[in-house]
Amino acid sequence: MLEGYTKEIREAAKRLIRDKKVDCVIGYSKGSIPLVDAPYFAYTEEECENLVWSGFCTKNLAKYLIKRLGKNALVAQGCVSRSIVGLINENQVKRENVYILGIWSPGMVDRRKVLERVGGKEIIDVKEDEEKLVVIGDGWEEEIKRKEVLRQNCYTCASRNAVLFDEFIGEKKESKGGGDIDNVAAPWEKLSIDERWEKFRETFKECIRCYACRNVCPLCYCAECFVDESRPQWCGKTQDEADVYTFHILRAFHCAGRCVDCGACESACPMGIKMRVLTSKLEKDIRNMYGYEPGMELGAIPPLSVYRPDDPENFITP
Amino acid sequence: MSNFEPKILAFLCNWCSYGAADLAGVSRMEYPANIRVIRVPCSGSMSPKFILEAFRQGVDGVWVSGCHPGDCHYISGNLYARRRFQLLKNLLEYIGIEPERLHFTWISSAEAGRFQEKAKQIVEAVKKVGPANEKKKLIKELKPIA
Repeated sequence: MLEGYTKEIREAAKRLIRDKKVDCVIGYSKGSIPLVDAPYFAYTEEECENLVWSGFCTKNLAKYLIKRLGKNALVAQGCVSRSIVGLINENQVKRENVYILGIWSPGMVDRRKVLERVGGKEIIDVKEDEEKLVVIGDGWEEEIKRKEVLRQNCYTCASRNAVLFDEFIGEKKESKGGGDIDNVAAPWEKLSIDERWEKFRETFKECIRCYACRNVCPLCYCAECFVDESRPQWCGKTQDEADVYTFHILRAFHCAGRCVDCGACESACPMGIKMRVLTSKLEKDIRNMYGYEPGMELGAIPPLSVYRPDDPENFITP
Repeated sequence: MSNFEPKILAFLCNWCSYGAADLAGVSRMEYPANIRVIRVPCSGSMSPKFILEAFRQGVDGVWVSGCHPGDCHYISGNLYARRRFQLLKNLLEYIGIEPERLHFTWISSAEAGRFQEKAKQIVEAVKKVGPANEKKKLIKELKPIA
């Protein structure tokens, strides 16, 4: 938990509830287990005392704005605010119905990396500041630099400060994650065609089709998802290789030109599947070919809803 | 491998490429019999689902053909489709599906000769990479297409 930010979030939330500016403040609360913080809905001033800000706020809260009634305030770091911009552009959320508490993200922590680092020992508590974590177990303590255990997407973050906000919690700080996304996106591009398939197989073979990646994703709001369609059924419901591949190819493709790389899918996956290998490829292509970055600008038209007469067409069989 | 006859599913736009296939037919132009045609209202109505479903049903190659950019019956269907296909082809190539299995062309309804030439070329390309689903499994059970 980052005390300074937590205090400011609670104060702002209480003020908003007291002044009846919003019906509910959506933020994060301390999770029931260490290393995982949970989304939290504060309706009263007392409940606002449970809000926290930490390095484990990996869920994308923009998801909860979809089809939600009333006016809500939302704690939003860079990626969440970009998702909100995307949802406003796609007419899923009305700007006037959301009060954005913008915040700077220190970079969220990959739980699996921490567990690996301490060798699977049981962790009881974590103390943190912006630079380091202190992991506390039964009779032991270990200090870890935050930089070493961030989620992959946080290294190449395009905006750690919220891009759209009504009020900013704390101060704006360094906005870039530091890494260059173009260097790490689409990691299989250099491999041969058979090696790529092998990597693809390897990456997705553990998938148990729980749909956690879909349910956590703020882009997935279709009334009926393609995996739930039965007549015709485009994607079977089994764990057969073919169904798993179809699911992941189409899931990634549906996010094309919309994914803000918040990493919620990877954080939510119980099997630790790195599905960003697919979305990062699509987003890289879109950046290079159509010069578009999702969620950066209110009123921007998504790249697949528009065309230019001179769009590249090197996919055409010559 | 030399006598491998691939099955290729072609999604042809009602307003142009389907007409080209028709014209090739009435003009007695010969092209390989490996191609099964599905007529679609516009290349813009193609979903990536259709292409994946084709592979799931056991075809060795997919061919999508529409009107030349600027000639769409619905003004801009093929221009939206162009962005989608570009991304899809890049993605499928990226995960290891040979680019030779997936083809896109623009053919107008007057270009029967071009249709014949492309059909031959695509069948050759798919023959070269061999049967799909031998080592790269995208089908659950093989339901042959009649």
